[in-house]
Amino acid sequence: MHDVLIRKTAFSVEEIFHEGGPIPDKSLRRAAGLAVIENLFAGRYEPDIQWFMEKLRPLGMALATRLVEMLGGATQIEGYGKGAMIGAAGELEHGALWHAPGGYAMRALLENSNAIVPSAKKVVGVGGRLDVPITHINASYVRSHFDSMEVGLNDAPKANEMALVLVMSTGPRIHDRAGGLAARDIVGKDGLR
Amino acid sequence: MKAKIRKIAVNIEETHQEIGREISPPTRKAVAVAVIENPFANTYHEDLTELMDIGAELGTLLGRKCVEALGITPGQAESYGKSAMVGENGELEHAAAILHPKLGAPLRVEVAKGAALVPSSKKMGSPGQVLDVPLGHKDAAYVRSHFDGIEVRLNDAPRMNEIMVAVAVTDSGRPLPRVGGLTHEDAVGQDGLR
Repeated sequence: MHDVLIRKTAFSVEEIFHEGGPIPDKSLRRAAGLAVIENLFAGRYEPDIQWFMEKLRPLGMALATRLVEMLGGATQIEGYGKGAMIGAAGELEHGALWHAPGGYAMRALLENSNAIVPSAKKVVGVGGRLDVPITHINASYVRSHFDSMEVGLNDAPKANEMALVLVMSTGPRIHDRAGGLAARDIVGKDGLR
Repeated sequence: MKAKIRKIAVNIEETHQEIGREISPPTRKAVAVAVIENPFANTYHEDLTELMDIGAELGTLLGRKCVEALGITPGQAESYGKSAMVGENGELEHAAAILHPKLGAPLRVEVAKGAALVPSSKKMGSPGQVLDVPLGHKDAAYVRSHFDGIEVRLNDAPRMNEIMVAVAVTDSGRPLPRVGGLTHEDAVGQDGLR
């Protein structure tokens, strides 16, 4: 029996050049990787679910590796986030199984990634959309890097599936000018500042 | 470039399993979309040449993005499609000017050949609306296993004065084709139909 049965994967990369203001030298790129897998716990209350986190580790690493490749290497990555959409026969708690395998896979590949990986999760029907939050990888309070990326597929997740998502970005919002802690002023010790 | 591009997005989908059956190798579809300024927003222009030239640029750019995303050689592309969604201050004819006169020829260079008509769709729309890009076999339009489509949408496009232009390319047909008709293997690929 398969522990992690993948029905499909989807990858998106966005490159943003401007949003009506002056065009910066460096464009912003955001990439998302999404895996639609069978939810082994769908349709019932299952008390013991934690063992599945270990099974998800290779998937976390595969998605994170692909995102790093799509964005041109680990040194390019400045923001990250993760999320889960659970099909209608599942439970919100099932999405929480993605926290450790998804988050630590990205942090294993990215140097100076002391910040907690922000996340969002929800139960949805087929075609549901998720706004995945993004923050700076090394200091959660860096205001320029607060962002998000919307993901979703018209045919997923089915009732007994979950869609597990990782997102990475290469820089600040394209016309960042709301102040706050700047990336150049990061101390980089506590993951916050 | 004549096109004033605000953003580009590239999506790739791989189907590994369908209704419990393993798909090996996975079927793969890519769609690349550019969000551009509509130079003719808010005014009626008789001459749409500028949009036609933009279409030619985007045929190359978006076709190449798809092929690169799939990691294939141009010759390995099997089907394609094109679509445009025009923001509310534009006109449906603007989509036609981008898609039909000049976009196809440079796209065909990117997918090596392309004897068949490039299937297309167009609509007026607003940020977050879905654009369904039709797909058909690139060399023989009657290949039944390759009739398909891919959905694309961006939560922030097209804004009122923008146009979203999409090109889709695949390296495969549907995951489990079994409705008969002309097959990829039997296609001649000369007249664009069979």
